[in-house]
Amino acid sequence: MPHYEPWSEERAHAIIGEFVHLEGPLMPMLHAVQETFGHVPDAVVPMLAEKLNVSRAEIHGVVTFYHDFRHEPAGQHVLKLCRAEACQAAGGDALAAHAEHKLGCKLGETTADGRVTVEPIYCLGLCATAPSAMLDGRIVARLNERRLDALISEAQS
Amino acid sequence: MSIRIYVPKDACAIACGADEVVGAIQAAALARKQTVEIVRTGSRGMLWLEPLVEVATPEGRIAYGPVEETDVEGLFEAGFLTGAAHALRIGKPEEHPFMAKQTRLTFARCGIIDPASYTDYVAHGGYRGLERALALGPAEIIEEVKKSGLRGRGGAGFPTAIKWKTVADAKADRKYIVCNADEGDSGTFADRMIMEGDPFQLIEGMTIAGLAVGATKGFVYTRSEYPHAIWAMEKAIEAARAHGMLGVNIAGSQHSFDMEVRMGAGAYVCGEETALLDSLEGGRGTVRAKPPLPAHKGLFQKPTVINNVLSLVAVPHILADGAQKYMDFGMGRSRGTMPIQIAGNVKFGGLFETAFGITLGELINDIGGGTASGRPVKAAQVGGPLGAYVPTWQFDLPFDYEAFAAKDALIGHGGIVVFDEAADMVKMARFAMEFCSVESCGKCTPCRIGSTRGVEVIDRIVAGERVEKNLEVLKDLCQTMKLGSLCALGGFTPYPVLSALTHFPEEFGDTPRRLEAAE
Repeated sequence: MPHYEPWSEERAHAIIGEFVHLEGPLMPMLHAVQETFGHVPDAVVPMLAEKLNVSRAEIHGVVTFYHDFRHEPAGQHVLKLCRAEACQAAGGDALAAHAEHKLGCKLGETTADGRVTVEPIYCLGLCATAPSAMLDGRIVARLNERRLDALISEAQS
Repeated sequence: MSIRIYVPKDACAIACGADEVVGAIQAAALARKQTVEIVRTGSRGMLWLEPLVEVATPEGRIAYGPVEETDVEGLFEAGFLTGAAHALRIGKPEEHPFMAKQTRLTFARCGIIDPASYTDYVAHGGYRGLERALALGPAEIIEEVKKSGLRGRGGAGFPTAIKWKTVADAKADRKYIVCNADEGDSGTFADRMIMEGDPFQLIEGMTIAGLAVGATKGFVYTRSEYPHAIWAMEKAIEAARAHGMLGVNIAGSQHSFDMEVRMGAGAYVCGEETALLDSLEGGRGTVRAKPPLPAHKGLFQKPTVINNVLSLVAVPHILADGAQKYMDFGMGRSRGTMPIQIAGNVKFGGLFETAFGITLGELINDIGGGTASGRPVKAAQVGGPLGAYVPTWQFDLPFDYEAFAAKDALIGHGGIVVFDEAADMVKMARFAMEFCSVESCGKCTPCRIGSTRGVEVIDRIVAGERVEKNLEVLKDLCQTMKLGSLCALGGFTPYPVLSALTHFPEEFGDTPRRLEAAE
């Protein structure tokens, strides 16, 4: 299970500072912020704007453009199911429906107990051993109902 | 005596349990007091056999696959360390029909060498291309690439040498080499496999590109969905620096070149080259209008070569063995080899590198063995989410840029996704529009609005509302998107939609039907 730090302005400053020397540093900064805190908190937007000498609106525009950046923290575990064509061709639709039924929430939502966020992902590059999924960064191919159930139990425990 | 065992560290192998297999091998060996040396390689590309475990024997490497954790004890009992018989024994991997039929240039080392080892790379012919490039000089490097006939492998098929020449001729204080490794197309994984299995080759290709155009800095822009590839690239870059092959005075020459890996954040459109550049700069991944071309004003407004992974990794071969050898493969204006990825509902899915000219039918039925489900093949989507659905009666189509274009289809990045007869073509057409609406960067209207309207129109057709009229609207909309979009996202989304409609019109018929699971 991923462990995230509680919000700390000082810590955020330090993270941002690590990347200032790069050419085009914003994306690496945002990734590092999310990796540390589990999402991109609103409070970090003005800090980035000041550091990079651009408007807050521009930073906001970038953060909201990319699917990866979260505005709110995710559930304790994140289960991503590949919904792209190769996985659809190999039975991915039925598995996605099964996961939604089992978890009691739709793709893109978090279970009521806050344990599992289930999301669609568009291609893990494991298309010859489809369908595939990713649980907290761990990839699983040749997914079937049995393997999916095992992943869901693991995420719920 | 220590026995060497090879287990892939390719993401596909890991997703199929390779790490657990390694653990089981270590435990079984320890219990028998047998010393083993486990080398983590890339994948050979026979992905239905992953994890494919190979043992070094006096006769060569003997493969077993697909090996599960629970198979390991039995393999030891059977004496697999000596290459003994077992139900999972494949024999010599290079003699397997799937491998024996290929022409491997780009993937020649993949699955064989340790991707983290500079020494291994050099021992298998690595850096011969750069050595010759250093001896030739910029103008002759470009001439060599031109003679080879190499065309961009990202999908557009633009001649690589012309791009390079433009950047070489541009005057600027700084130039860049950008590798487009944002391999977002479903059904494609060649970039991922090469970065995980032979990353030095990409470093070498980018270094040669840098020499050719006078750039000293390179970026590999790849996907957050590819953590293993990022890790492998970064390891290799560190090793190349340590061996003086990146940084100042590369390979003892007067030239400098260094590079970095950058990660996207789940935006499909960033695979479009100008959106990628905006993202690298730290902006929203919006598409730029051309001109100016990236070759004139690219990254940070400086002249930039932006090439796909597969184009750049072809370069070391062209330089090492000469343009003519590369040129000898292929057909028409499609020269060299193409790493083709066979995926989806297919029995023997994997990476098949071959000269242009092979037919789709050979690839899907003979090499891929038909569907995994055992049901008849219905169609194949070639070239990712923006590629056309090719029906079985067009499977005599040869893999060639021009032949595909003549049939309103695309080779794209060489991915083939096979569908069996259970595929619902209307649903797939709707998915294409929906995907475009979600992933559109929003800059141009045909893509941003057109895709949303496309979903609505297809929904009306499905509901049986004035089907004939709505089909006309759909075709008209596709035409507008095709001609009016700024980039390939909006411009090519009509390919899957119209091909589904052209080849399977009865599925779009006027009988009311319901779509499930597509909303």
